[in-house]
Amino acid sequence: MNHVVIIGNGISGITAARHIRKYSNFDITVISEEHPYFFSRTALMYVYMGHMTFTQTQPYENWFWEKNNINLVQSKVTSVSPEINQLQLNNGDTLSYSQLIIATGSKYNMLNWPGKNLKGVSGLYHKQDLDNITKLTQKCNNAVVVGGGLIGIELVEMLLSKNIKVTLICREKSFWENALTDNQSQLINNHIKSHQVNLIFNDTLKSIEGEKGSVKNVILESGLKIPCKFVGITIGVSPNINFIKDSGINFDKGILVNAFLSTNFSNVYAIGDCAEHQNPPNNRPKIESIWYSGKLMGETVAKTICGSKSKYKPGHWFNSAKFLDIEYQIYGQVNNIKSISKENTQFNWTNNSKSINITIQYIKSNHQITGISALGMRLRQEVIHDWFDEKKDIHFTIKNFDKILFDPEFSTNYNNQIINKYNQTFKVNLKPKSNKILSFFNF
Amino acid sequence: MSYKDQSLSISNPQNISMSFLGKLGILGITFGILSLICSFFNLIIVSKKITLSVTIVFIVVGTILYSYTLYFKSSAGIKNNHVWTNSLTNRGVLGWIIAIVLSTFYVLLYWWPEILGYQSGINNTNTGLISLFDPLSQFFKSQNASQWFVYGTLYTLVIFALGFKFIFKYRSNNYQIIRTLSLIVCQLGFAYLIPEILAGLNYNDSVDVDGNYIGWFDTDFKNVWPLDYDFFHRWHLEAMQNEAYQPLGMILLVWGILLFLIVTPILTYFYGKRWYCSWVCGCGGLAETAGDPFRHLSSKSLSSWKIERWLIHSILIMVFIMTGATLYGYFFDTGTVWGISIYNYFQKPYGFLIGACFSGVIGVGFYPLLGNRVWCRFGCPMAAYMGIFQRFKSRFRITTNGGQCISCGNCSTYCEQGIDVRAYAQKQENIVRASCVGCGICATVCPRGVLKLENGPEKTRFKSNLNLDENINLVALSKNEA
Repeated sequence: MNHVVIIGNGISGITAARHIRKYSNFDITVISEEHPYFFSRTALMYVYMGHMTFTQTQPYENWFWEKNNINLVQSKVTSVSPEINQLQLNNGDTLSYSQLIIATGSKYNMLNWPGKNLKGVSGLYHKQDLDNITKLTQKCNNAVVVGGGLIGIELVEMLLSKNIKVTLICREKSFWENALTDNQSQLINNHIKSHQVNLIFNDTLKSIEGEKGSVKNVILESGLKIPCKFVGITIGVSPNINFIKDSGINFDKGILVNAFLSTNFSNVYAIGDCAEHQNPPNNRPKIESIWYSGKLMGETVAKTICGSKSKYKPGHWFNSAKFLDIEYQIYGQVNNIKSISKENTQFNWTNNSKSINITIQYIKSNHQITGISALGMRLRQEVIHDWFDEKKDIHFTIKNFDKILFDPEFSTNYNNQIINKYNQTFKVNLKPKSNKILSFFNF
Repeated sequence: MSYKDQSLSISNPQNISMSFLGKLGILGITFGILSLICSFFNLIIVSKKITLSVTIVFIVVGTILYSYTLYFKSSAGIKNNHVWTNSLTNRGVLGWIIAIVLSTFYVLLYWWPEILGYQSGINNTNTGLISLFDPLSQFFKSQNASQWFVYGTLYTLVIFALGFKFIFKYRSNNYQIIRTLSLIVCQLGFAYLIPEILAGLNYNDSVDVDGNYIGWFDTDFKNVWPLDYDFFHRWHLEAMQNEAYQPLGMILLVWGILLFLIVTPILTYFYGKRWYCSWVCGCGGLAETAGDPFRHLSSKSLSSWKIERWLIHSILIMVFIMTGATLYGYFFDTGTVWGISIYNYFQKPYGFLIGACFSGVIGVGFYPLLGNRVWCRFGCPMAAYMGIFQRFKSRFRITTNGGQCISCGNCSTYCEQGIDVRAYAQKQENIVRASCVGCGICATVCPRGVLKLENGPEKTRFKSNLNLDENINLVALSKNEA
């Protein structure tokens, strides 16, 4: 009898479990130390801010697992013995498997700063981190967040919700400038500042000073000293794989996997952001810490285990984020000016007062679009996905821009402004559309 | 979690600094409510005309001032901080107090209006709270206020004032602004001003030359049977046909039937039931404005969905049976069906259980405990009727944007109808549900731009969107859903 054991009940592990259950009647055991039930890590911030209860972060009700015969175990895996298909739990039990899926996700990065063990220093990844931060910030007036990335800005939003004065330290000269275009990054800088956040660029943390074991100040490389009671460390995450390091399973930064997501042991797989792809498809990163990639890997490994051997084949790149009040979506490749290849260039339209930006990246020679990103505007993934497949050019994209709009009904329509900018840029004369009455009635 | 500890505190645990204008607003609201309470205890010293005007102005202006300072101090966006840590909105002490006060008010209104000061009779001499509204009622129709006039006035006042609060709160979203303006206009115009003016013109609620009462009929053009369950009652049909009320009476009779038979199905086909529930309806109006702070309290469990389907469709069947018996009695001029009293065994129980207890006492009184759409979700036969069209024959759906969903659950949390929106969004499926009232809040609170309310071709409604993984066979998956 097949017994699939999955370590980790995050989105990757749980997707794998659900899909294996769809295709098979194998025994399935999911082990997690963090929490007995699957919850959405992405929603932890909303629990802190009082938007949701923790229970509401759980996409499935508790009866779901027993009903679908998925066995949940709350325990910590201390070691894995792939030669004998066994793993050891911290309560002394051993568990045998026929297939093992490792989906242990990440843990937050921490550098060896003086004072990093003081009370009041925390990253944000696990539920325990959130509980910790909730306690640490109860009587806190000033906080410092180190690292201007996606989790950094989430942590800033969280702290602001409790009226805590926040300083955000970015190593770069502008917010998230490795991923955003200069225009977009600038809009976000202004937006963050408009929330009374003290935004510091070109600086990093040097040390944390304490008093009676608790944080008192942070000292930056520049010498700047900022008093605070809480220091949030959001300088990225790395695979959470310490427990396999003596097992003989190959790893580098993450657990090394092939295109079928299997490790050097054919019945041991790694998925989600603890996996490192030896040959990542479509120039994707080797380690993908993205929600939907975890889901896709879970679906893929489920098929392989259930007898239909499948490669991890994600489609076009996409992602999304939210910076305080501004939503961000990206489809395909939209690079910063520093990292854009010579064959590509960009068209962009910005509305500064509303913090809206559309950037379309295309190939210089044939004008074929290779990416679209949007701030403050929602775009329709399905249509963009098709346009990438059909190799549509920028002219077509601008002309049919209303087809990729996903903003709520009655939203201000910027199509004509975008067309005007396009006409100016390309010295063409694309006619704006006018069907306001029909669109008002929503046909 | 800490939110559980904090639920017992009366005040908001978050130390929120308030501007001078905000404090002025709070002061205004407090004064307005105090004057209502004083009038309940007959403690009004100044003239009622002045007291009433001041009360209304204080409540409306106070609410608008307060909500303006509350929401405009930060940039447009989602304003759900501390919803689950505030004792008003997390079923804490404040929530329970409001629920008890509200349901008590409804109980008094329906069964003991004399405690509120109502004296029956045409030339009634009201006391207490009801008498405070005499000047306004006199202004409209030269008669003293009834408990229903007071209720209608307060109801409209609340939708108007808290409607602006809602608009300020969701000002980043035009759909929310426009539909809320529609709700305010529908309540203020169709449900309140027009009927009161028509009554003032002796088109309703009037007496003949000999001083005999002619009768009353509903002149709210947007009130539809079966929500308006007594539309076909004998007294209502007779009032509409009374010579004194023509042509208005007959127009409303024909319009009422058309509205149910033709207009509702057509509009529901094109726009979903939201055209009524979230744009027009008075119950919806109150739920969306006064009830907005409680929308997250609706249960999302599978079991509550089961209860919902049984309950709401049972009530739909009940209203058909009750009205069938009523029409039988009307056309055959009898008070009984198979020897059973139509009034005692059909109309009265429906009016008591559904009309008063469910839609009033529980529907509104329990906002802070069960959420703001309890009636609309579990009880309203009009919602059930439109829901059948919406589920099987409509162009409306909530589209899921490919694979962008991160399963955070804000959509499900803030769905007032208790739909587990996330369950569909994370499977990349469109949301097509009979109960969806199309308020659009799921799409508004979504942090990743995943949801959009849309009308479109029927054939694309149910499809799963975009296959992200080239390996996945969606047809095979959908047949075998875990």
